[in-house]
Amino acid sequence: MTVLEQASESGSAALLEVRHVKKYFPIRKGLLQREVARVHAVDDVSFAVREGETLGLVGESGCGKSTLGRTVVRLLEPTAGEIIFQGTPIQSLGTRRLRPLRREMQMVFQDPYASLNPRKRVGTIVSDPMRIHDLGSRAEQKRRVAEILETVGLSPEHYNRFPHEFSGGQRQRIGIARALALRPKLIIADEPVSALDVSIQSQMLNLLDELQKEFQLTFVFIAHDLGVVRHVSDRIAVMYLGKIVELSPAEELYTRPIMPYTEALLSAVPIPDPDLAEKRERIVLEGDVPSPINPPSGCRFHPRCRYATDVCRQIEPPLADYGNGHLAACHHPLNVDKATLEQVGVSERHSPAEADQSALPQDTSGRSNPAVAPDTRSR
Amino acid sequence: MGAYIIRRIFGMLLVLVAVSLIVYLIFIVIPGGDPAQRIAGRTATPANIASIRHKLGLDKHGFTGFFIQWFSLVKQLFTAKLVSYANQTNVVSQIKQGLPATFSLSIGAGIIWMGFGVLVGTISAVKAGRISDRLITAFALIGISLPVAWLGLILRYFLAGERGSPSWFPDGGYVPLTSNPWQWFYHLLLPWFTLAVLFIGFYGRVLRSNILDTINEDFVRTAKAKGLTSRRILVKHVLRASLIPIVTLFGLDFASVLGGGAIITESVYNLHGVGWYAAQSIQSEDLPPLMGVTLYGAMFIVVFTLIVDLAYAYLDPRIRLS
Amino acid sequence: MAERLLEVNDLKVRFATEDGIVQAVSGISFELERGKVLGIVGESGSGKSVTAMTLMGLTRGVNAAFEGEVLYKGTDLLEVSDRDMQEYRGNELGMIFQDPMTSLNPVYRIGEQIVEAIQAHERVDKRTARARTIELLRQVGIPNPDTRVDNFPHEFSGGMRQRAMIAMALSCNPSILIADEPTTALDVTIQAQIVELVSRLKDDFNSAVIFITHDLGVIADIADEIIVMYAGRVVERGSKRDVFYDPQMPYTWGLLGSIPRLDRPRPERLHTIEGSPPSLINLPDGCKFRPRCPHAFEKCKAEPGLENRVETPGHFDRCWLDVEFKRSHRDETISGGSAEAA
Repeated sequence: MTVLEQASESGSAALLEVRHVKKYFPIRKGLLQREVARVHAVDDVSFAVREGETLGLVGESGCGKSTLGRTVVRLLEPTAGEIIFQGTPIQSLGTRRLRPLRREMQMVFQDPYASLNPRKRVGTIVSDPMRIHDLGSRAEQKRRVAEILETVGLSPEHYNRFPHEFSGGQRQRIGIARALALRPKLIIADEPVSALDVSIQSQMLNLLDELQKEFQLTFVFIAHDLGVVRHVSDRIAVMYLGKIVELSPAEELYTRPIMPYTEALLSAVPIPDPDLAEKRERIVLEGDVPSPINPPSGCRFHPRCRYATDVCRQIEPPLADYGNGHLAACHHPLNVDKATLEQVGVSERHSPAEADQSALPQDTSGRSNPAVAPDTRSR
Repeated sequence: MGAYIIRRIFGMLLVLVAVSLIVYLIFIVIPGGDPAQRIAGRTATPANIASIRHKLGLDKHGFTGFFIQWFSLVKQLFTAKLVSYANQTNVVSQIKQGLPATFSLSIGAGIIWMGFGVLVGTISAVKAGRISDRLITAFALIGISLPVAWLGLILRYFLAGERGSPSWFPDGGYVPLTSNPWQWFYHLLLPWFTLAVLFIGFYGRVLRSNILDTINEDFVRTAKAKGLTSRRILVKHVLRASLIPIVTLFGLDFASVLGGGAIITESVYNLHGVGWYAAQSIQSEDLPPLMGVTLYGAMFIVVFTLIVDLAYAYLDPRIRLS
Repeated sequence: MAERLLEVNDLKVRFATEDGIVQAVSGISFELERGKVLGIVGESGSGKSVTAMTLMGLTRGVNAAFEGEVLYKGTDLLEVSDRDMQEYRGNELGMIFQDPMTSLNPVYRIGEQIVEAIQAHERVDKRTARARTIELLRQVGIPNPDTRVDNFPHEFSGGMRQRAMIAMALSCNPSILIADEPTTALDVTIQAQIVELVSRLKDDFNSAVIFITHDLGVIADIADEIIVMYAGRVVERGSKRDVFYDPQMPYTWGLLGSIPRLDRPRPERLHTIEGSPPSLINLPDGCKFRPRCPHAFEKCKAEPGLENRVETPGHFDRCWLDVEFKRSHRDETISGGSAEAA
């Protein structure tokens, strides 16, 4: 089963399908500005988002998650691939034909300080999208703004205030209100809580949860912290250097990470419990994400992976299905029993270097899950 | 870097071509611009005019005619053969004659306005809100508001012996540096000051607000946390960052003054520089000198734009030239 | 007993602004010994950063007024002249900040900025200072320090910039390192690295650390003592174990409960502290947390003092609630209330 088939498999239709999308940024040099290299920001990514679900998109800075988010709503032009929104391929639509679809997809940005125009009043910020798309009369727009402000937990009296009069959390509410103004179907939230205090973060995560239920919204939630996305996501995609390396139903990712990178990300999430924090094994990822201009050969994670062997340096592992909609791209999958391994056929891909067989995990009991004693529970 | 400069030079040439086209276009569109009539003088016969017309290529009409005429004009200019319609003097040699006065005026004034601008801006930023800042602000606003022509005339009237006033300063004119350095300096003092006043006020204001912005930057806080002295923080961290935008301003302003832009100052003080020459040519609606002076000025602007961009990349390493 | 480096007694900081007097810090006291890590936790506007900046003398200005004492090795830093304070900054107390991108000067090389810090306090020539800079960069874990020393800040990644900031703060071997939200602007993976680095360098340099954060999870590993601040006050103070395992202040419960936890089942709703912190210009009467506290009652109209109300000595809080009541009710907040709604 491919990633794309997953959507139809599970019953409800895909609202958004991303097929083999690539986004390269050219680096030009010289007299004639010839392209000498490319930043492989997003490199052949496919996924689908079902109506009403939240897909978490997680990775470190520079993994291409924000670029992917922006490409999906065509704030950036994809270099290749297809983006299908509500059944319409939108990757090459012109501005005019894209416009009605833009209403349906909105973005919420990370920095609530920089993403709101400081010279505009809150009412104008929230009603601008309606004005641009010519929705309703002035009075209707105003009534709707008051309504939305209330929905996101602000008071309608805030209509005439300026963004600087608000705290970080309240500004992010304004950003969400603006995104909601056009009653979109899909919201791409790019690190919407990373700039906020934990106490405010949780308010915001609950708010997004409530809004999703109330308006049947579909979310793509981009974050660098697996702790944050867990609460809102139905499924989670882990990105590394422009590629999706693991895609899994949310809870399963925490109980049974397959890709060592996911394991490392999980172990980095702080646990507010000194004893547990001391006991658990911290996998500190050495160094930074390598340059996406010249990504490493084979598995892109191999230079930082503690399980890496020769095969990882030579052959890029494809996304393989480990059942239950759990996909991962790894030569040395964690937390997988032997039967599944054979079924998936991971070992066959080692064939160029049979010697690597020994490096395969023979049983999974030895590899513990870095997140301490996770309690498996479906939502 | 080399490739970048070559590409920029290409761009600069295109700009110069465009400027010369626009100047020529404006000239033939305004009434009374017919060069043939101008050259032939008031008592010319129609046959006379027609022959000049033919010589200049003016008898060819339409699109191609326009370009032929424009091209011959520019070609004459660049081969130093272009002569004025009004008095047949060579344009290039006239501009050359104006260079010493114009350069003396601009370089001196530039040093004064940059120096005082930085001084005034820094003082008023450091003393922001206090009396010295308010006084400086008031003077700066007055300086910005004074029309150069008026200021020049007033200074001459009160300080240069006009109508019985004390003649502390010579009343205009230019003495070459090579013939008498002291007289050169003495004669230029008033013009320098007149030209610099406006810029001092303006630069001071811009720098003041830049400094006040920079002081709140995180890296200034870091510099304090390192235990640097306040003077070092001001000079190395605050001023360095605040001066970057001033460099752009200075580059363009200085280029336009060097390029003959100080028309009023040169005219008021009777300095026979490029600006003065431009003023004369405008009065006589004389196309060749105007074309020469405009291209001369435009050349300074484009060259200094490039210099400013290079300086910018040097001052702020985050900027990549491409 | 370890050497006591810092003793803060009833420190108060006020700022005069156009809108009125901001009571940024209203009476905070603590001690810090060599080799210890003090965590200061609170939301934006709780006064935690102002406290840190005041220790460094960075809040001084015409609009600021101070009360109390900041005794560094016996000298009251509040009384030290501006000029003499320069000698303490960087030399005795080093500081790192939240955003390493904006905290480094973009136009100077990393090395120049560290050399400058060294030369501000020691009479050494450029060569020696540079050699020491390279060594410092090596110590904070920057690969190829002898070439990286000549990079500009924008050529570093976020994590490396913060490492460079740490190298700079430690360049003159200060006794105290103040880290003001040093991990907030970084990826989780890098956060873990930085916390570990700070904790290791504290031992290498034999210094003490004040670690300021809004996220209790970040300091669960490294803090010895924790101060929880709210509205410019200390509302709870105790050892790490006290604060994590026997928190007495409903605000602390809220902070603990707001963290999405990977070691627990996913709750239906995350716990939140409703509302936002009060304006420091117009503080509410009585307990400052009362308007947001789900357990507030009549007595809270008078502000409780910071007292030791539990058996453990050294564990202080500002809450009128009965200790037994708190112990039986706090878990619903800390573990997210309706967690077991499955």
